[in-house]
Formats: sequence, C-alpha cells, structure tokens
Amino acid sequence: MKIHEFQGKQILKGFGVAVPEGEVAESADAACAIAQKMAREVVVKAQIHAGGRGKAGGVKIAKTPEEAHAIAASILGKTLVTIQTGPEGQLVRRVLVEETLPIERELYLGIVVDRAQSCPVFMASAAGGVEIEKVAAETPELILREAIRPGFGLQAFQARKLAFGLGLPAESVPRATEFMTALSRAFESTDASLAEINPFVLTKDGRLLALDAKMTFDDNALYRHEDIRKLRDLAEEDPLEVEASKYSLNYIKLDGTVGCMVNGAGLAMGTMDIIKYAGGSPANFLDVGGGASAEQVRHAFEILLSDKNVRAVLINIFGGIMRCDIVATGVVEAARALGVKVPVVVRLEGTNVEEGQRILRESGLNFAVASGMKDAAEKVVALAR
Amino acid sequence: MSILVDENTKVLVQGLGREGGFHAQQCMAYGTKIVGAVKPGKGGTKQDGIPLFDSVAQAKREVNPRATVIFVPASGAADAILEAADAGVPLVVCITEGIPTFDMIRVHACLKTTRTRLIGPNCPGIISPGKCKIGIMPGHIHRPGPVGVVSRSGTLTYEAVGQLSALGIGQSTCIGIGGDPIIGTSFRDAIEMFNADPHTHAIVMIGEIGGTAEETAAAYIREHVQKPVVGFIAGQTAPPGRRMGHAGAIISGGKGTAREKMAAMREAGITVVESPAQIGEAVAACLARPAELKPDAIWTSGT
Repeated sequence: MKIHEFQGKQILKGFGVAVPEGEVAESADAACAIAQKMAREVVVKAQIHAGGRGKAGGVKIAKTPEEAHAIAASILGKTLVTIQTGPEGQLVRRVLVEETLPIERELYLGIVVDRAQSCPVFMASAAGGVEIEKVAAETPELILREAIRPGFGLQAFQARKLAFGLGLPAESVPRATEFMTALSRAFESTDASLAEINPFVLTKDGRLLALDAKMTFDDNALYRHEDIRKLRDLAEEDPLEVEASKYSLNYIKLDGTVGCMVNGAGLAMGTMDIIKYAGGSPANFLDVGGGASAEQVRHAFEILLSDKNVRAVLINIFGGIMRCDIVATGVVEAARALGVKVPVVVRLEGTNVEEGQRILRESGLNFAVASGMKDAAEKVVALAR
Repeated sequence: MSILVDENTKVLVQGLGREGGFHAQQCMAYGTKIVGAVKPGKGGTKQDGIPLFDSVAQAKREVNPRATVIFVPASGAADAILEAADAGVPLVVCITEGIPTFDMIRVHACLKTTRTRLIGPNCPGIISPGKCKIGIMPGHIHRPGPVGVVSRSGTLTYEAVGQLSALGIGQSTCIGIGGDPIIGTSFRDAIEMFNADPHTHAIVMIGEIGGTAEETAAAYIREHVQKPVVGFIAGQTAPPGRRMGHAGAIISGGKGTAREKMAAMREAGITVVESPAQIGEAVAACLARPAELKPDAIWTSGT
C-alpha cells in the first residue's frame, strides 16, 4: 500500500527521523494561513502517490503567504501529469506547505527488501535529488549498501560506514547515524516494503533532514497496523482495481482489447503472454484466485465488462481439484445475469471437464469452447479483431 | 525415483481447518501417509480418522513425521514453520499465502541455523507422482516419469504438467516453490536436487517476472547441469511497477523483466519457450534427442 509524502513524514517523525516543519492543506486559503503562521519562505508541494512531481510543476517556492495562496490555487484541483502517473495524470487534492531549507548537499537514502539475501538492505548514495534508478543502472558503484540483519536492525557501525561513505563532514556523522538507525527502525516497525528519502539533505547550518519521504507497506502485514491501514487513499487508486479488491480479485487494467479471467497469478500472466503471442493484446490481468467460486466469477465478469475497450473475453480456468461443471454453471449464470454481449471463449481443465463443456455449449449463450491454451488464445484474438 | 518425498514419507498436517481438512483428505486419497495433525488442546483425539497432537514436538516423538504441511492462516504461519523446525521435522511445506514479508525474513534467518528445508510459502506444494502428494495440486493430472518440474506458480504448473501427461511424459517430482519474495527453497536448490537424481532425465523450470532467482538458477545450470532444461517465464507482457498477483511478481527499478531472464536462461543452454502452450512439446523434443554433452563438459570430464 502506498501513502502520501505528508503521511510518510508524520510516521517517520514519530520514530525520531528529522523532517522539515510543515502542514497539509486542502484549499488555497488554508495553504495561505499555514504560510502566514510559519512567517517565512515556504515550499508548496502537490500530494499525489506518484513521483516526479517537481519536474511536472507540482512543487513551487512561495516567498509570501499571497504567493503560497496563488501557487496552491494553481495546483489544487488540477491534474498533474508526471513520468509516473501515465498520460491520464492524477488529480491533486492536497498540498504540503513546508519550510524551505538552506541546502548544502542532496543525498539519497533508501531501504528495500532484498530477495536474494532475504533481508532488508539499507542503501545510501551521494547522488541524491535525481532519479536514483538512473544512478543504479548507470553507476551502481555510487550506491552504498548495508544488509540489515533480521532481529538486529541497522547497527550503528553500519550507519557510520554509510555516513563516511557519503562524505559527510565528521561532525555530522553522529547525527546521520541517529537518522539512519531511526529510519531503519521505522521501516521494520511498520512492516514497510520500501522507504526512500530522496533527497536526504545536509543544510548549511549542519542539520540533516528528510526533504521528501516515500513509503510503501506490505499489504500482507496491514492487518497488524490499523493506524497505517487508515492512511489508504482510495481516490489515488484505479476505481476498477478498488472494486476488484473488495471481492479478493486481483485486477490490473491494461490497454488491450482481450479481457482475461484466469485462476492463479502465474497462469494469468501466461494467458496474457499467449494472447500477445497469438497477435492480440490483453485488456487486463485478472486473477480470480485458486478457487474461483461462482460468486467471484460473476464479480470478475462485471469488472471485466466495465472496461469499454474489451471486445472479447477469454476465461482460462485450470480447475485442479475444483469441478469444471461447477465453474461452468457459475460462468453461464453470471453471463446470463449480466447480459454479456461480447463473445466469450472458455477454456476449462480439471475434473468433470466434459460435463462443464456441455453446460457451456447448451447454454444458448455466445460461448466458444476451447481445448488448450493455444486454441483458446487463437480463437479469442480472432474474435476481438 | 523422486526427490524429497516418496511412498515412505510420513506427513503431519498443521492447520486442519476447513481448507486444510479437505486437502488432507485429498492427499490421503492419493496415497500420502498422513500420520497426524496438530491441534493444540485436542491431543489424543482424532478428526476424520487423523490422530491429533497438541504440538509438533509431541507428534515428532510419537509418529516421527518426515514432512509437515502447513495450512495455518497467514498470521500464525510463521509460528507454525518455526514450531516444525524446532521439533526437527526435516521438510516443511507451507501452502499458506499472504504471510507478512518480515515474518518470512525472520523465519528464513532462523531456518539457516536448523537442518529443516522449507518449501513455499504461498505454493501448491510438492508431489512425486504415484507415491506422495503434499499440497493442493490435482493429483490426477500427474503421472510417474522422468521429468522434474519446478515453478513459482500454482495453476501454471498444472498447465505444464497437464501438457506433459497428455504427451505421455511423466514426472519424477513437481515442486511449487511459491510466489512470495522470501521463500525457503529456490529454483537453484530444486535444480541441484533434480540434477543429482538419477531418474530425472529432464527439468522444466517455470519462472515469472520479479527478482533474480531465475538468473541465479541459470548460472548454476550453465556450470553444473548436463540434463536438458526447458524454461518459460510468465509476465512477458506485464507492465513495470505493477504487482501481478504474486507479491514477488513485480518489475521494479528496471530489474526482473521477462526479457532479461529469458536471455540469461538461453545463454545457460536452457530451451526457453515463448508461449506457455509449448512447454510440453519442447520437453518431448529434448527427450527424443540423444543425450548430449555441453562442449566444456568434454574438457572437464576426468580431470
């Protein structure tokens, strides 16, 4: 789960990570009032889940409260298009009004879970303030790494190693160590899957602060973090994906014309691949789970069909232990109830497959029964043309 | 033959709830020797003919299982794995999905200090056709034979197995290693075991986007494996930054793409198919060819 920058900073502050002073505003008047209260130069930052806001004009400096008002008014309620939002952009509903800082150096700090080492890895780079992906791809040696040992957290010696590695002045190293260990503690305590401070700044007066904060949390651990669960902002997510998640369906909208409904994530990806291989393009990823109950099949159909680009649907269910006749009955009932107009290709495998195919054929609905994935993909791609 | 489990493997069940109970019955019907289940407080009684124990330690003392299968809900699954390892059960198969990553990070660190092997979590389990099924896969699609199958996905594995069986090609053992970022048994581990098994003549490896486990396995195969390997990577059409169902299936920071994985696998001499419908025929073609040696194997043999 993703959260906003201002929420991330609030969480980090609670763990003793230094962040600039600031408040969030939902109107230009509120932004103006915050600037007035702070009585100094401020920066107004658009709050959306996607990065790349600065380059897209979503982060601006205001010298006076009036300027803060004008900037907030120009950003709030507008759609911001950044390199991470896609061409449709993201509506800005809030701005963060923050003190500006006399920046001496911009650095990068991040924590991710490293799968190869099966533990979190703390990363630091002197090349902060820019796209870290670019640094990682072109000059990986500029990123310092320390593996965090499970149960120990980031040790002070590791933080010192990173701080000296970043070339921080000796007098700043103790504070940097404190900052990094606090960040590591925040990461582990909140079951985060990503924490990024970019930039991590050293000010001219020797302070170290998180100028930006990006945090992502492990969905599987949200059950034990009620406070974080409450920070979910549904307005930032695709409405169809939100709808799907209500029924434990895993749906991701893509831009093709062949709607897919599959049981299992791997087979769902494989189905997208074979559609492409057959010359078509998938409209979505949709995993109805290993079980695929009649109820779920109906909800899945509804979500699939609310995408107007879908010209044909492929249902690929490898039932396994589940009986195909039950799946087929669910598919027929759902198609009838929803008045499905587009052609549907169904591929079923598992126990009672003949019975399942008979139910589909005799339903009188616009079903094509396929044998095997290749046949299914070719049929549905032809129908979507 | 087979790896890890066979007709003599005694299996314990942890989490004999609705799902666990159903699948335990399915495993028994397949012929798996289920010797008990753990239900704290119910030790000494039976459920559906399965003897119950208060703890894994008690079950270990009394019926000495070689393997345990975990269906315990996500919030208690890490505890269940650690309990099995603490009792000294050599093989733990964890079916449970949705375990928090940090729980698995701690479990992984702890298991390194034990001799217990974990398969999963978030996986269909392991089956040696005709001998032993520990997991939720449909037994009837499998048949005994010479092909080892290892995969990160569940139903896509069934798809590959279905193709093999339809072509009359059986399997030695099929392992679903699971779709999570932190797992107990890797592709490399499974392939090393298949390589050492004299009755496995070919290996199928089904990967997906995210992480670098396929690349690591490919590097191992290039150095150590003479048996033919057929590979497929799911998610060739997946967009970056979007998690494709499995917690582990995400292309992040430009890493973990299908293209990179397929290239690394081809370079290691693996037959990589572009379409998931070609897995079966590719294996058939490999098995039909006379055993071939990789060029450098000729130079290193006997030295």
